[in-house]
Amino acid sequence: MYKRSLLKRLGLTGRGIVAAVPFIWLIMFFAVPFIIVLKISFSDIDLAIPPYKPLIEWAGHNLIAIKVNFNNYVFLFTDHLYLNAFINSIKVAFISTVLCLLIGYPMAYGIARSKPATRNLLLLLVVLPFWTSLLLRVYAWIGLLKANGVINNFLQWMGLIHEPLPMLYTQFAMYIGIVYSYLPFMILPLYSNLEKMDWQLLEAAQDLGCKPWQAFYKVTLPLSRNGILAGSMLVFIPAVGEFVIPALLGGPNALMIGRILWDEFFSNRAWPVASAVAILLLIVLVPFMMWYQSVQARESAGDRR
Amino acid sequence: MNERRSLFILCCLGFGFAFLYLPILSMVVFSFNASRLVTVWDSANSPTLKWYYSLLGNDEILDAALISLKVAVINATGASILGTLAGFSLSRFGKFRGRVALNAMTTAPLVMPEVITGLSLLMTFVAMQQLIGWPVGRGLTTITIAHITFSMAFVTVVIQSRLSTFDMSLEEAAMDLGAHPFKVFFVITLPIIFPAILSGWLLAFTMSWDDLVISSFASGPGSSTLPMVVFSKVRLGVSPEINVLATLTITVVTLIMITVAWWMARSARIERERLRS
Repeated sequence: MYKRSLLKRLGLTGRGIVAAVPFIWLIMFFAVPFIIVLKISFSDIDLAIPPYKPLIEWAGHNLIAIKVNFNNYVFLFTDHLYLNAFINSIKVAFISTVLCLLIGYPMAYGIARSKPATRNLLLLLVVLPFWTSLLLRVYAWIGLLKANGVINNFLQWMGLIHEPLPMLYTQFAMYIGIVYSYLPFMILPLYSNLEKMDWQLLEAAQDLGCKPWQAFYKVTLPLSRNGILAGSMLVFIPAVGEFVIPALLGGPNALMIGRILWDEFFSNRAWPVASAVAILLLIVLVPFMMWYQSVQARESAGDRR
Repeated sequence: MNERRSLFILCCLGFGFAFLYLPILSMVVFSFNASRLVTVWDSANSPTLKWYYSLLGNDEILDAALISLKVAVINATGASILGTLAGFSLSRFGKFRGRVALNAMTTAPLVMPEVITGLSLLMTFVAMQQLIGWPVGRGLTTITIAHITFSMAFVTVVIQSRLSTFDMSLEEAAMDLGAHPFKVFFVITLPIIFPAILSGWLLAFTMSWDDLVISSFASGPGSSTLPMVVFSKVRLGVSPEINVLATLTITVVTLIMITVAWWMARSARIERERLRS
């Protein structure tokens, strides 16, 4: 009996083990890694493998030297490249989120209000691109946007333009790529929110004299607030750190922080600087992630009601 | 008024789906183009299957595809097991110590920028090698661990949402009749959530098969996955073989999606008929 309660106190019940296995995995490979990145962001760069100096060194004479180096952060704040990249990434992610919302909301609304049979087909059509490789779908836009690409060829054939428009490797191409890739992430949470909506409320509002757009603005929109927030977070947060799309569609000077981190790591082998970039990016994004989580919690609480 | 609204919504749907599908369609069409320029239609020699043959003879792409396939299968299986355990704990155990942390750690990877996950995992692998001597270098093992870590979150969400919609009373009844919790799980819960586990498995497989960023951080020499090879080719511009690869991917995904949708519709119908009789 005693033995059993001891095991219990250690959490070694059947339930404990079931929850502990994924828990320990995530602690090891998701939580601890951030501490390691934080540690390396305070190290000196070194020409060694791995390319950074340890924080804690044995200095001899019974001394342990702990060197915490803030230079990487000072460097990030003094060099305008990094600050500009941060600001630009947030701007690009924000505008893309708004565009996704403008395109995605009517689509989610239309799907939620269609007949059940059509609805399943349309949902399948939204999900399908999401299951095919992101890389290949971004690649498709290179073929469409380049100088002798599909769009330019078509416009020239129509006689609308005489010289190809420079579209690939511009901000415009980057926005198209991000909106295109993240659109399903906006539509799906919006749809699952709108699907639960009681449409009689809308009819009631109209019966009481609201114009359709007023009813939409006063009833539908506030009720779908959680769907809007969830979809926006699912687009905004990853888009801030996006690497593939700016690397393939944006110009050589498309300053996105994900790309800067990549280059610091792979081209300059500056692990401490890349780590400092990652930590700052996390500090910017964690509030949004917590917001997302609370929205999700509210949504699932609403499900149970 | 209603007519006008539905016309507007129809236009939005039409425009939206055109936006989603025209790029995919153009890749499929141009995969049959004979010209090396890819987007300039060579009407004299097209349509042709020559790039399909050329892809089948491209060892670099085929080797990378084999590596990706191995990683994706192991990853999907591992992520399904861990994700099911996590999803089950979160939706069935009520409040327990560490619930908040577990919930946060399974939600954060859904939105975490891949460059951060990739960088932090790589640094962990390097630190682990220094500390305990494992994993030695970087390769398939590290890529698989990295993939399991980010894709199990997606499986957790799928399992959790399935469990939240199905009635707990079945499990409780079995428990009241004296069945051991493990037996209840394997005899009652598992068969009911099996479709969710299957879609979780497919989701984890796809995430791993498609992943470029995290693989690039976690891989070592000689372990380039398919997206890494594709990325290095695509960076240099369009290539007809990539169009073929895209067409094949889309075909396979579409077939699997249709099969799964058909299978789910069928089992729902059988369920309904059984309830009626």
